[in-house]
Parts: sequence; C-alpha cells; structure tokens
Amino acid sequence: MTMTAERAAGRNRTGSLVEQFELGLAAPICLTWELTYACNLECAHCLSSSGRRDPRELTTEQCESVIDELQRMQVFYVNIGGGEPTIRADFWHLLEYAVAHQVGVKFSTNGVRLSPERARFLASPACGGYVDVQVSLDGATAEVNDHVRGPGSFDTALTALGNLAEAGFTDAKISVVCTRQNIGQLDEFAALADRFGATLRLTRLRPSGRGADVWDELHPLPEQQRVLYDWLMAHGEKVLTGDSFFHLAAFGEPLPGLNLCGAGRVVCLIDPVGDVYACPFAIHDSFLAGNLLTDGGFAQVWRTSELFTELRSPQTGGACTRCGFFDSCRGGCMAAKFFTGLPLDGPDPECVRGFGETALTGTRVIPTASQDHSKPKATRNQPVMLQLLDGPPTAPPVSACAESPLAGFRP
Amino acid sequence: MILDEAWSLSPSVALRPEPFGALAYHFGNRRLTFLKRPEMAAVVRCLAEHPDVRTALVAAGVPESQHAAYADALAGLARTDMIRPRGSTRPEGMPRPDDAGAAR
Ligand code: SF4
Ligand code: SF4
Repeated sequence: MTMTAERAAGRNRTGSLVEQFELGLAAPICLTWELTYACNLECAHCLSSSGRRDPRELTTEQCESVIDELQRMQVFYVNIGGGEPTIRADFWHLLEYAVAHQVGVKFSTNGVRLSPERARFLASPACGGYVDVQVSLDGATAEVNDHVRGPGSFDTALTALGNLAEAGFTDAKISVVCTRQNIGQLDEFAALADRFGATLRLTRLRPSGRGADVWDELHPLPEQQRVLYDWLMAHGEKVLTGDSFFHLAAFGEPLPGLNLCGAGRVVCLIDPVGDVYACPFAIHDSFLAGNLLTDGGFAQVWRTSELFTELRSPQTGGACTRCGFFDSCRGGCMAAKFFTGLPLDGPDPECVRGFGETALTGTRVIPTASQDHSKPKATRNQPVMLQLLDGPPTAPPVSACAESPLAGFRP
Repeated sequence: MILDEAWSLSPSVALRPEPFGALAYHFGNRRLTFLKRPEMAAVVRCLAEHPDVRTALVAAGVPESQHAAYADALAGLARTDMIRPRGSTRPEGMPRPDDAGAAR
C-alpha cells in the first residue's frame, strides 16, 4: 500500500471522481481478461483478431495464480472474454475458482457452449450469483447479425439465451456492437432483451483488431449517431453502455456511464499469453505495458509500468481543449483515434461536431497490427459480407463446376 | 438519528484502499461505491468498533460541524446496504446487478 500512500500525497484529494480516475487507481475497476485467442466464429469486426489458439496461452495453473493475485489486489470482478472463452477445456473450472476466490466473473460468449446443462450450472448456487453472462448479438435478426458474425451465429446466440432463461438464470446481458446495419433495430433489441428477461448492453464499434478492416463500412453514419444518442437519452436507464458513448455527450447532456477514457487508469486488459494492455480495444505494441509472467506479476505491471504511469499523467487535449464540449467528451476514445491513424490529442474519428471526419480525409498512416490470430483460411463460419461488395466484382467468372452455393451470386 | 445508533459495514462489503479514500464493493448486489474522502473510508471502516456513529466520527477525526453531512452520506450508503444497523437480521439482499458504470 505504500504506492497508494505515495500517490495520495502527490494528488489533490478533493478532485472530482473523474479527476481521480485520470490519475489512476490502486487496481483496475474494469479489468478484461481474454482467456484464449481461439474462437469457433470469425466475426468480421473481432476486436482481438481472434481465431487460432496461441501456443503460449496461460496454463490452468498460471490462470489460477492470476486469480489469486486479483484477489489479493481486491479486483472484485473481471470481464472474461476471448476469443471464445468457453471453448477452453478448463473454462468452467476457472469460473468456479474465481468465484471461490471472491473474484466475480462476467463472461462474454457467442453462446456456443451454453447448453441446457451449462445454463443450469450457471444458475446454480455453485456460481452464487457472482457470475454474469453476456451473449454477443450484433443484429436483432439473423440477416443483420450473421452478416458480421457469420452463418448460424444468430441461432446459436438465441438458443443460448433461451437455455439461460429456461434454467432460471436471471438478467443475462445481450451485448450489441452498434453498427450502421443495426442502429435501426434498437427497439427490436430491447424487445429481445425483454423476451429473455435480459438486459441490453450497447457498445461502440472501435476500429480495433479486424474491426480496423471493416470500420469504414460498419461504423454508424453521423445521422445514426444522433439516432443512437436520442434513443439512449430516452431508454438509457435500462441499458448498459460502459464507456462507449461519452463522445456523444457533445450532442447535449452527457449520457450515464463512465465519462472518460479509462485506459491504463481504471481499465486494463490481460491477454491470453499474459500480456497486459491499457485497454481491450488497444491490443497493439504501443499500448503494451508488460507481461505478467516476465515482469513480476499483474500488480507490478499495473503499478509500475512506464506506459501506465504516462497514461496517468496529465494529458494534453490538443485541438479539443478549445471545444466547448471537452469537459464531457474529452476528445473521445484513444483506441478509435490510434487505429484510424489520427493524433491521440485531437478529436475522435466520430466527433459529433464533424472534426473527426475532416481529420480522416487528411493524410494519416493507419498503424499495422502487432498481432493477428485470425484463422489462415476461411472456414464455413466466416461471415460473407455480401451487401458490402459494391462496385463491379473483382473475381473471375465462375466456372461451371464451382461448388460454392454462393458461386456467381452478385448482390 | 443515525448519529446515536450502532452501525457496521455490511458483511457482504469489501473496502479497497484508494488514493482518494476507498472503493466499496458489495458482493451481493454488485454495487461499486466510491468513498471519496479518506475520512469517510476511516469512518466506515471503524463503525463496528464504536458504540454509535458519533463516536466513530470523532475517532476518525471528523469535526463536529461536519457530523450532519456525514450522517447524510452514511444514510446514502445504508440505502444500498453498504452499511447496516448492528444487530440487524436483514437477509442477504440480491437486487439487480449492474455493471457499476464501469467500462465493459
Ligand atoms: S481507449 Fe477507448 S475503449 Fe479503451 S478505455 Fe479509452 S475510451 Fe474506452
Ligand atoms: S472537438 Fe474533441 S472534445 Fe469537441 S466534440 Fe469533437 S472530439 Fe469531442
């Protein structure tokens, strides 16, 4: 605790909570832990470019010691994701282990392993109400969802939600990444959540991982941002959004939720090989703080890494400081700026005042990815983003013996 | 008046020291609350050791002029079951979990 005491001495203790958050906390309050890069699906916008398991993936024992350390640091809950975390053979064991060590779990899944039996387990006293399940769904209809998440993924998610409801698991989360294609379905998403006794969670599409490749086609249009903002103003108290939409505050009043970029301050990611990044949407060498196996454990990295120290020092807002909305928008999302090649101290690419769009038309260099666990060859689960192919087809004419059911199909 | 009553931290709550005070987490309702002053954290931590709230405030060095304000803040904490009256047999609450405003 000396660290805490030292920092307390150096900071103004009466600052607002946001100011306190900007200076960093003794431990994260929003820690994401991606257990594996392996995934059964190949979503077009996957934030972690997942697909294949990394051979260096933390072992069961290593995961248990991470949980032990989180318990010592009083990280009260962790968001577990991937890849698809449930396809790790030890997933259910680690879940129980975490809960038994006072680390509550919220895990994100595409639903593939949520059988009736697993659903009953999650609803049982073994999980003690410390487990939250978040099923990803990026369209309120199979058409819109499968477009980005791949064929059959809508049915998988709905089956999982049905199994949870059937087993008496209450208040699952339906987690939606808002896109150009699904902004028009917000009411339908809310109805789906009602149908399964679930809570809707809306998040922002960031150009992270494979998301960088499709961001231009998928990110909501400026007028859709307004629709989203108005919808959240009207329905926000029933919907979870985390820190997704504080950049929309410039439309008027700030939305409920965390209104700052918490990267490295209150937010953090542990990846499947133990690398610690500032934020789950910032898997890139530029935001790598260290590795918990080689740099003395997670607490050590969180408290002493150079990167995090820098992120917790006062930042310059650049051009944004002259904006009247800077207090609530704070220049938006660091990851969104970084992966679109915009300066970190300037406006967000989706700045609602339009400064981002202007910046996007200027010269910029999109950073190259530092890691990619995508499957080398497409499988049958790969989404086929047909509607997105505009312009003349670039493929050669289809031969008479082509086997693909989509051979020759032109949207 | 809460000042004359015996209170304690709720058994489902853990306190994590933070530079600004403490973070209180309720394992039952999964609420995260920020105790934004070190004095407030000290009061909450020592409630159970004192016969009443007033004595706890004095022990934590809170000047009398601020007792009423602290009493209000404590009443707020009581509403989410962060603290409870001593000897209370209230069952473990399981209200709707929320994501405590955190990022994911
Ligand atoms: S970089 Fe973006 S996603 Fe990450 S914490 Fe900051 S605002 Fe949130
Ligand atoms: S100029 Fe910067 S602070 Fe103002 S709305 Fe745009 S991104 Fe937000």
